[in-house]
Amino acid sequence: MAPRTLYDKIWDDHVVDTREDGASLLYIDRHLVHEVTSPQAFEGLRVSGRKVRAPQKTLAVVDHNVPTSDRSKPNPDPESATQIETLAQNARDFGVEYYSEHDVRQGVVHIIGPEQGFTLPGTTIVCGDSHTSTHGAFGALAHGIGTSEVEHVLATQTLIQKKAKNMLVQVDGSLPEGVTAKDIILAIIGEIGTAGGTGHVMEYAGQAIRELSMEGRMTVCNMSIEGGARAGLIAPDEKTYAYLRGRPKAPQGAAFDEAVRFWDTLRTDDGAHFDEVVRLDAANLPPIVSWGTSPEDVISVAGVVPDPDQITDEAKRISKHRALEYMGLKAGTKITDIGIDRVFIGSCTNGRIEDLRAVARMVEGKKVHANVNAMVVPGSGLVKQQAEQEGIDRILIAAGFDWREPGCSMCLAMNPDRLAPHERCASTSNRNFEGRQGFKGRTHLVSPAMAAAAAIEGHFVDIRNWG
Amino acid sequence: MQKFTTLTGVAAPLEIINVDTDMIIPKQYLKTIKRTGLGTGLFSEMRYNEDGSDNPDFVLNKPGYKAATILVAGDNFGCGSSREHAPWALVDYGIRCVISTSFADIFYNNCFNNGLLPAIVSREDLDKLFDDANRGANATLTIDLEAQEIRGPDGGVVKFEIDPQRKQKLLNGLDDIGETVHARGPAIDAYEQRIAGNRPWL
Repeated sequence: MAPRTLYDKIWDDHVVDTREDGASLLYIDRHLVHEVTSPQAFEGLRVSGRKVRAPQKTLAVVDHNVPTSDRSKPNPDPESATQIETLAQNARDFGVEYYSEHDVRQGVVHIIGPEQGFTLPGTTIVCGDSHTSTHGAFGALAHGIGTSEVEHVLATQTLIQKKAKNMLVQVDGSLPEGVTAKDIILAIIGEIGTAGGTGHVMEYAGQAIRELSMEGRMTVCNMSIEGGARAGLIAPDEKTYAYLRGRPKAPQGAAFDEAVRFWDTLRTDDGAHFDEVVRLDAANLPPIVSWGTSPEDVISVAGVVPDPDQITDEAKRISKHRALEYMGLKAGTKITDIGIDRVFIGSCTNGRIEDLRAVARMVEGKKVHANVNAMVVPGSGLVKQQAEQEGIDRILIAAGFDWREPGCSMCLAMNPDRLAPHERCASTSNRNFEGRQGFKGRTHLVSPAMAAAAAIEGHFVDIRNWG
Repeated sequence: MQKFTTLTGVAAPLEIINVDTDMIIPKQYLKTIKRTGLGTGLFSEMRYNEDGSDNPDFVLNKPGYKAATILVAGDNFGCGSSREHAPWALVDYGIRCVISTSFADIFYNNCFNNGLLPAIVSREDLDKLFDDANRGANATLTIDLEAQEIRGPDGGVVKFEIDPQRKQKLLNGLDDIGETVHARGPAIDAYEQRIAGNRPWL
């Protein structure tokens, strides 16, 4: 057999049938469901009198619009309450396991999948959410789907797919102090552009990727979609197995060892063909800050806001001028001179325990700047519990951070956590689109440590020589 | 699902690249549990002023464009979130075809489940179509899916690309789930039996 990539192997393993039109029917091992993109899918099943084919392969959780304030009080937003109740009812009616907002296992869908061991190497995982690419950190083929496809998966446990191309992202060298997984992925997106990975599955490889923790790998794979790729992949290794061992939904005992023997085969073969190859040297990476309204608009914290007039492509030049106007920034401004009003720590990109530890290390014994409102939203109830056991909550609260309940929160601002018009935010989330964190809100994407330092100083700082 | 064969209508120019799905339908409209009614939220942050009145500078508020059924837009249309609310909002507003040089993957897939045609043209042809679209209501375009042609007001013809497999789906208005359940049921059963033996931990 010709040498195959990791993507080729997982793909081949899941083809159920080939349709007359040439597309493949792909088997889906794991389906994650949340309140925003599922109601119309369950309604479709009801109308056609269909059942969920494999409820045991489906896991539902509320995350997108759930308030992050005190959960013992009623939900202040009736529309949000209706959507949440609809998911609870659908889960009951169709026999799907469901984590409500009162369950300690509740959290952002892409955080709880790995946390529960629902996410496993070599599986196919889908969810009606584009950041499903997160699960690729385990060597799972994972991507976002639309609601019609959610209904298709619920009804048939399969998805109609065309095979994507293979892209290798090779990150050599070791990260310098103060530079993180977030900076790796922001740098990659800056390099290839927001459509650079369209039509491809990205496999991340190289020393810097191997050296990342599982949580760092999740951060990298999470933002594959921001580079246009539906899925990102990292081959599983000992770190992957150590992370998964003992998780509630992971195989237990001898079954785990049997699984590891199979997982060990999930590697790209020597000589396998990649349609595109991108290389990056981690040793030269700085901490990165986004300056515009696309995740490709990134620059070193030591740099200045770029001048769009230097861009030759007219459509792109116009778009970057529009971005600067929206962001209220002038070309040539030093990044470290940009003052901020808000800080958001959380999201499926950076809402895990290591992210909260990184923030706590930066701010311990310090105070959030008087001009800044800073919030921390743990990625799940279990992350929150762990942080509280480690005393992270006390450090953050003492520094002046608002310590909240888990959910997607101000990453997409569907709940009351949002920016006011023109407020400027250092955010550990994944999208800086116009209006993403609130109407006319201004988002700068950064790593948790960079967001923490900005919270203290009231403006961006180069954490390589701070504190 | 509504079939797509031919369409003649006003084309609105949206000369922005990387139009993301947050822009197409912002999050405040995602709390619905229905597929319909999202047309009012289409492009709302550009379309409405802060007080909720129409922003006269936005293309769909300009005379002649309110009844647009075609959108001509910059590169990489539909990037970002997987929300199918984006094609639902476009279709609910009355848009049946978006023309661009490229589309983000998930949005592209979602279009075909909603009778919305994403037509891919070259950069050169897109510029031509922007010129046509800028002429307003006097310059309707005709889209012929079977022939993969866009016919302009002056007799100009632009060819567009479309995935051949999905073209049939739009032409016939086919429902994927029914087809999978009825024609692929035995294949899915067989696959599940096989993995139960090969990968019992799943």
